[in-house]
Amino acid sequence: MSRPRAITILAATLTLGLVAVAEAQPPSGIVRPTTEPARPTLELGAELYAGNCASCHGIAGSGISSPRPGAADIAGQGPPLRGVGALAADFYLRMGFMPLPEAHREPERDRVLFTDKEIRSLVSYVASLGPGPGIPHPDLRRGTIQDGLKLFTDHCAGCHQIVGRGGFATGARIPPLQGVTPTEIAEAVRTGPYLMPRFSKSQISDVQLDSLIHYVLSTKDPDNHGGWGIGNLGPIPEGMVAWWIGIPLLIVACMLVGRRLHS
Amino acid sequence: MKLREWLIAFLTLLFGRVWRRREERRARKRIVPAGSPERRAETVVVILLAIASLFALGFIVTYAMFGPEQLPNELLGICLGMAMAFIGAAFTVMAKKLVVTEELEEDYPEEHPEEQEKVAQIIEESGSRITRKRLLMGAGAVTAGSLGLAAVTPALSLGPIWDTGPLDESPWRRGMRLVDEDDHLYRASDVDEKTFYTAFPEGVDKEDLAAAVVMVRLDPRALHLPKGREHWAPYGIVAYSKICTHAGCAIALYRKPTFAPVEPRPALVCPCHYSTFDPATGASVIYGPAGRPLPQLPLMVDGSGYLRAGGNFSERIGPGWWNVRSQPS
Amino acid sequence: MSTDPIQDPIRFIDERTAAAPMLRKGLRYLFPDHWSFLLGEVALYCFIILIATGVYLALFFDPSTAKTVYHGAYNELRGREMSAAYKSVLDISFRYKAGLLIRQTHHWAADLFIAAMVIHLMRVFFTGAFRKPRELTWLLGLLLLFTSLLEGYLGYSLVDDLLSGMGLAIGYGVGLSIPIIGGPMTLAIFGAPFPGKDIFWGRMYIAHVFIIPLLLFALIGGHLTLVALRHHTQFRRSERQTQRKLVGVPLFPGQAPRSLALMFFVFAVLFLLGGLMQINPIWQWGPFEPYWGTNGAQPDWYLGWLIGALRLMPSFDVTISHFTLIPNPFWGGVAFPLVVLGVLATFPWIERKLTRDHSVHNLADRPRDAPNRTAFGVAFLSWVFLIFAFGAADRILVLWDIGYNTQLYIFRVAIWVVPAILFFVTRRWCRALRLADTIDELHEAAEHAAEYDATMRRGAGEARTQPVR
Repeated sequence: MSRPRAITILAATLTLGLVAVAEAQPPSGIVRPTTEPARPTLELGAELYAGNCASCHGIAGSGISSPRPGAADIAGQGPPLRGVGALAADFYLRMGFMPLPEAHREPERDRVLFTDKEIRSLVSYVASLGPGPGIPHPDLRRGTIQDGLKLFTDHCAGCHQIVGRGGFATGARIPPLQGVTPTEIAEAVRTGPYLMPRFSKSQISDVQLDSLIHYVLSTKDPDNHGGWGIGNLGPIPEGMVAWWIGIPLLIVACMLVGRRLHS
Repeated sequence: MKLREWLIAFLTLLFGRVWRRREERRARKRIVPAGSPERRAETVVVILLAIASLFALGFIVTYAMFGPEQLPNELLGICLGMAMAFIGAAFTVMAKKLVVTEELEEDYPEEHPEEQEKVAQIIEESGSRITRKRLLMGAGAVTAGSLGLAAVTPALSLGPIWDTGPLDESPWRRGMRLVDEDDHLYRASDVDEKTFYTAFPEGVDKEDLAAAVVMVRLDPRALHLPKGREHWAPYGIVAYSKICTHAGCAIALYRKPTFAPVEPRPALVCPCHYSTFDPATGASVIYGPAGRPLPQLPLMVDGSGYLRAGGNFSERIGPGWWNVRSQPS
Repeated sequence: MSTDPIQDPIRFIDERTAAAPMLRKGLRYLFPDHWSFLLGEVALYCFIILIATGVYLALFFDPSTAKTVYHGAYNELRGREMSAAYKSVLDISFRYKAGLLIRQTHHWAADLFIAAMVIHLMRVFFTGAFRKPRELTWLLGLLLLFTSLLEGYLGYSLVDDLLSGMGLAIGYGVGLSIPIIGGPMTLAIFGAPFPGKDIFWGRMYIAHVFIIPLLLFALIGGHLTLVALRHHTQFRRSERQTQRKLVGVPLFPGQAPRSLALMFFVFAVLFLLGGLMQINPIWQWGPFEPYWGTNGAQPDWYLGWLIGALRLMPSFDVTISHFTLIPNPFWGGVAFPLVVLGVLATFPWIERKLTRDHSVHNLADRPRDAPNRTAFGVAFLSWVFLIFAFGAADRILVLWDIGYNTQLYIFRVAIWVVPAILFFVTRRWCRALRLADTIDELHEAAEHAAEYDATMRRGAGEARTQPVR
């Protein structure tokens, strides 16, 4: 191997290695203590809260209703967290909804920036702020998918689309529901994140919630025995298939069969 | 000699027609030009047809082999589709190699001014015995008109054309209790804030367009209902017709703010064209194409805590039409 | 004495019908060259499949709104209450072998039937084939297209699933929005306020399987007869082709195998789609009730222009005191399609008036040869297409995170600005192409002249080396 080539390869390897090392470090934007305990603790939760959440949610979860410029030019504004309980904290953190970069943005599923230990710590801290609902424990041995489809049609399809492909409601982009865990579904239903309604046990009982979870989980793999499901969205992808597959094929057939005059 | 002549005569009689016809055919001028034979193309066509037949048989076999629930739709479609495709391919080969493709000329059909005149003349001259053409035509027109109207009249039985009353009707009456889809009665205490409910009048067909209402609970201090409706919302619970006043879809969406300073206020939204209604102000239209707010159902709570209708809707429900803004009875 | 397998049946027929001259003429009917003339045939073959698959489906479909409880093969709907109509379609999809294939092929054929008609219409429009003497053919074609829209709408609404039920409610709302008469008229058709009397389902059914197909047959028959009587237009590609003389391939033997091949290819595409691409999986939508809705409900593609128009309209009703003269859905649901139909239907006469050209046209224009018409066509098409595209704004939001309200404002401007821009750009482009063609022709003519000149001079004994300008 020639010398210039060897140097190039070495340089490339080093660069890639540096990038890899860089990725291995914790993502920027999260303020964390230099040493963290081995297990989730309330203190860790308090520290993480102070460093990452207080700028919008206020000291001890009191909430900030009018924007106040805080650290790093973030104009903090956020709802109070007293009494939201472990349920809401767990949901928003595990879905990556929080931290929210900007108060007016819609929280959307995103990369989770905290470790599991950190999330548990934060959840216990938020739960300590005031009495609130705990993390739900759905039981998939209960409930039926048939009830789930009916309940979903009643309460959820208007926003999430009948096969859970998401959609639009004035002011919100509604997420699709594939790839969520049973706990996350239960938490979303009970807390009503962002603009979503909040369904309590008197409206949707725990067993009914289990049925709903059965159905939502099934939307990951709907019954597409008619062929390719093309997104399970209905006529829009169907029209695309007609115009971008069907019509071109038919035009090709015409060109194959037709001929130009030779004279 | 005689025998030979007889033999020839006999044979000629027997086969002469055929011989002569073939001779005639060979001698007559060709209409379709002759083309060169293409044995290879013939073979290709036979092979293509054979493959098509196999696919067609494959369809039958697939159909027979599986029960209804295991029958793979894709396989059936491929068998039938490919059979068709190979037949098409066979015809394509035929078209390009096994028939002569002529290019012929022909005159475009022309107008026929003489014939047009003759036709007009026939019609005109046929009227030689008529003196009062206009009178007859008028009588004919009146007859045709009245007969036409008579023919159309049975269509009036299609539905209540003259009586648009059914469009105004609603099953809601003062005192009727509200039930959910499973006929459970609604108590005021069942109705939480930050969510939405669908309700129907007790004992009424739920498919009645005017039956379904959507119900939400708001902070009573946030309510700014139109004049006269101050008592329509016990505990801040409001109910509106669930049928969108734009084109008739069900209002199946509700948004509620988790954090009011940065999020939009509560609203009922229709999934069809996104007409958005503000429940705090009598379901006035705040976005989308609807031209009219949702009609409001007055609510009251009885002694046992059940929700009851305080009367009929504030206006006629459903999509707009001529009389929709008239005061309901 | 001897039998001739070809001559004898012909003699049989001619002896009884005197049709031999007609047969001769028919066998030698000339077809034009160029594949773009086959698009109408493609639509026809889709129609044949629609009839064939439709007959099959009609033997299994139950047009009844009677409530029943499902206990069939599809697990998620077991125990659900639904109409007999919806249940019968579930059975076609799950219980009867090959039922789903035929159902899906029928639906794909409907989508492609209308798409083929639209491209066919575009070919006819952009080549000026609607001009005298073919205006009636054009009108019949338009009637065919718009009748097919209704036919498709009725077809998928018969299933009584959540998606099509919402669409039917909108049809009811649009019907009501017709000024003054909308209320009584729609009430009469439905028999009662939405969802209508039970008999309404029977009315939809008989319209879809009998009344409208009969009308379509008649329109297609009329359309094809007029085409045959007047013969096709042709592009002027050789000296032989003129306004008077048609050059083409006779039906028999040249064209017949081509048309048959195309027919089988169309059948192939439809059955392959029916087998491989799922369409309208109604078991996933569930049954319909007037108090249910789902996000992302859409009509089939050929009615997408209407949902776009309905969504684009700002909020207003036109009222006179307390009478509602023009409810909002009228603009997007009735006025818009009527305007499109009106413009298309009167276009032959508008063009005649504007160009003062009342002569017969048997030669097809290349689009560039009629810059104003082509520009108008492109602009008009873009207007309709942009309105159609906005109908999918909610899915564009989910897919690409472009705000719905942002799209609303952009589209409200774009549907007027873009067609205007495209009109001028297209017209310019056509003129530029024609200019380039003229320059090419002049070059060719000059070369021919130079060759001729050189040949003549060589023949006369002189060779000239300078090119002749």
